[in-house]
Amino acid sequence: MKRLFKSISLLALVAGVFTSCNNSESSNNGDRGALASNVAEKVYVAPGEHDDYYAFISGGYSGNLTVYGLPSGRMFKEIPVFSQFPTSGYGYSEETKPMLNTSHGFIPWDDSHHPDISQTNGKLDGRWVFINGNNTPRIAKIDLKTFETTEIIEVPNSGGNHSSSFVTENTEYVVAGTRFSVPIPQQDISIKEYKGKFKGTLSFISVDPEDGRMAIKFQLLMPGFDYDLGHPGRGKSHGWFFFTTYNTEEAHTLLEVNASQNDKDFIAAINWKAIEEYVNNGGGKMMPAKYAHNVYDEHTHSATSTMMDEVLMVDPTEVPGAVFLLPTPKSPHGVDVDPSGEYIIGNGKLSADLTIHSFDNMINAIENEKFDGDAYGIPIIQFEDVLEGTVTQAGLGPLHTEFDGKGNAYTTFFISSELVKWNLETREVIDRQPNYYSVGHVMIPGGNSREPFGKYAVAMNKITKDRYLPTGPELEHSAQLFDISGEKMELLLDFPTHGEPHYAAGIPADIIKENSQKIYRLEDNKHKYVTPTAGDARVERNGNEVHIYMSMIRSHFTPDNIEGIKVGDKVYFHITNHEQDFDVPHGFAMMGANNAELLIMPGQTKTLFWEPKQVGVWPFYCTDFCSALHQEMQGYIRVSPASSNLELSWSLGE
Amino acid sequence: MIIGSLLLLGLFKFPLWNIMLGAPQYPEPLGMDIYISGIQGVSEFDIQNIDGLNHYIGMKTIPKPEDMWEFNTFPTVIGIMVALGVIIGVLGFFRKVNHWWFLGWFGVMSILGILGMYDFNLWLTDYGTNLDPHAIMKITNPDGTPMTYKPPLFGHQKMLNFDVDSWPHTGAYLMFIGMLLTVVAFFVGKRANNYGYAKDKNRPMATAS
Repeated sequence: MKRLFKSISLLALVAGVFTSCNNSESSNNGDRGALASNVAEKVYVAPGEHDDYYAFISGGYSGNLTVYGLPSGRMFKEIPVFSQFPTSGYGYSEETKPMLNTSHGFIPWDDSHHPDISQTNGKLDGRWVFINGNNTPRIAKIDLKTFETTEIIEVPNSGGNHSSSFVTENTEYVVAGTRFSVPIPQQDISIKEYKGKFKGTLSFISVDPEDGRMAIKFQLLMPGFDYDLGHPGRGKSHGWFFFTTYNTEEAHTLLEVNASQNDKDFIAAINWKAIEEYVNNGGGKMMPAKYAHNVYDEHTHSATSTMMDEVLMVDPTEVPGAVFLLPTPKSPHGVDVDPSGEYIIGNGKLSADLTIHSFDNMINAIENEKFDGDAYGIPIIQFEDVLEGTVTQAGLGPLHTEFDGKGNAYTTFFISSELVKWNLETREVIDRQPNYYSVGHVMIPGGNSREPFGKYAVAMNKITKDRYLPTGPELEHSAQLFDISGEKMELLLDFPTHGEPHYAAGIPADIIKENSQKIYRLEDNKHKYVTPTAGDARVERNGNEVHIYMSMIRSHFTPDNIEGIKVGDKVYFHITNHEQDFDVPHGFAMMGANNAELLIMPGQTKTLFWEPKQVGVWPFYCTDFCSALHQEMQGYIRVSPASSNLELSWSLGE
Repeated sequence: MIIGSLLLLGLFKFPLWNIMLGAPQYPEPLGMDIYISGIQGVSEFDIQNIDGLNHYIGMKTIPKPEDMWEFNTFPTVIGIMVALGVIIGVLGFFRKVNHWWFLGWFGVMSILGILGMYDFNLWLTDYGTNLDPHAIMKITNPDGTPMTYKPPLFGHQKMLNFDVDSWPHTGAYLMFIGMLLTVVAFFVGKRANNYGYAKDKNRPMATAS
């Protein structure tokens, strides 16, 4: 008997070893040298295997953020950020409505532009993604454990929050600049009074290193230009922030002509560390400003919206040595700083050339006061003294530049529709590849940090035309994936993108995928209206307000028969998903509700508001095919006339 | 002898047995670790999820420690056996008892082990066959008899969409090794006696193994 035990246990050990081998991480597909010429192989991620990179691609006028895998180009998720999203109930559920609150009230939509991933010591840390709402200026934070929007802060004294949302090396700040200058504070004046009366603000929003909580540390009151894009300093230039400007003409009408007159506009260089110190020593003036700060708590599964009433405003002329203007040709769009922090690249969008400033030159010029006058008291550094060089005739209409960490830069050219690789030191063009068509941003994973991962570049094109099967006049936009590991860039893949992607942020999957949460723990659910066990399910009436505490688990609702609801009642379904199993959400839809559905994750509570308008017996059901008995997961609610005296009752399984 | 019986203490820390349930929908299988004092999920919510799935076919929920007398008795029995083993080992070291006591301990432990396995199998049988007559899914075998869901005592079995694997776990291996060591102690003690060292009553017997 003992022998038998022994041999069986030995066999079991051996079997265990084999099993664990089979379960280990899927094999690495990186090494495909022999098949390098096979482009399809390079983007093929076999069924069940995972991509090497996440790409967070802005949804533009969808208001959202989409999550893709690289190199496959497969879309994994659309994260609702600034727009109502009936798929999950975001912005429809009582818990998430406050996320879309602003000083203008509830706004169901925005235009999301530039995602940026949080960093520590200049490296991607994969904790959060920030993204800006362009139309009603806001900055959102998405938690990369849950891939949900957990905070949105409105930016006051701004209009067109475009030069946003870029993080500094240690995520000290997420920075937001205004595209439109506006009267500050807002007032009823003639638009013709633009010049001198309209101002632009650059906002430095601090990020708590522990929980990521955002707060506007200060706003910098700048001349009335249009602040287009921004980029933080890196390494040696850490502590500085650079913004492009256009419309230094301060035109207020027909900008396409009137804002294109000056041969040079500016890159504004902001020494934010100096301003931070000034502010910490009591500098700046509090001014009244109404803005919403919306925070989602993953334990209460609910958002709160707080209306703030003042902001700290800093006049740059009162902080000597903090703000300078670098002349840069032809209405620069993107400003990009290379991973070393030395080169500040102005992409003059009406030009064929790229302007490269040097950080060392800039510091030198400041120390030697090589100024060429000032604008509203802000010193303008002499162009020749800050300029390091020019990439001449690289293409037409440069917009954005990213870096591979190997000394090369990749610039998009909108007009000539191409991606151009050039060397940062020699400033010579190495390669150019056509884009289909009219590329906007390019993204290299980590390209906005000190340590880019120079394997892939994604070009995000503005025009699609004939790249896919036609779908009528309205088309999705198109992205193109390039392999940039070699001397020449190689086009690997076209894939459609949702909404209008502007910038994107990429990160190696390994940094975040293990942290991705699978469920919400039911025992940690602190929702005010949670139904912790099926025994707690009930219906309560308070006047004409009815609260239904409901639970759901495969494959029933508790309760599933409810009577005593009346026309004119205000009914709140507070529904708790009792599953604690990965990927078992349940949905909830109420017939006739002037509302969306709820998609409720395991352990989560969400609330749907319903005003019954018609007498009768009305069904509700689970919208997510949760189990073999999903079709049985349903219930009825009886709605009686407003004058009815029927008592509330509820039941399951009687 | 002493080390051998002390290895049984591993049963208080490590599972005796493990049953894993994998399915197309469960690429990361659900699992139960069976300890002498109760059953725990391999991952935090596995027991709840196994119960959730089992309700479709009318199986009872997995017992809590207070639901089965075994989970109170087994730790006591193992504790007593460890204490006895250590006492026998110490007495043997000082030559108060001879090596046949070692084999005796092994014999008792083996009988208890077999009884434990028998009891475990009875529970598996009850768990897999004593089904709720109102079960949502009543599946029959090809011959028309109701399908039962007794997990295997040893090895692998396909049950509906699940692949069930049942094997001893760390606690059991430690127990086997410990029991084996007590047999080694028996032979070492026997050899010591046969070579006549035993005549020197003051010389300690080799009992450390």
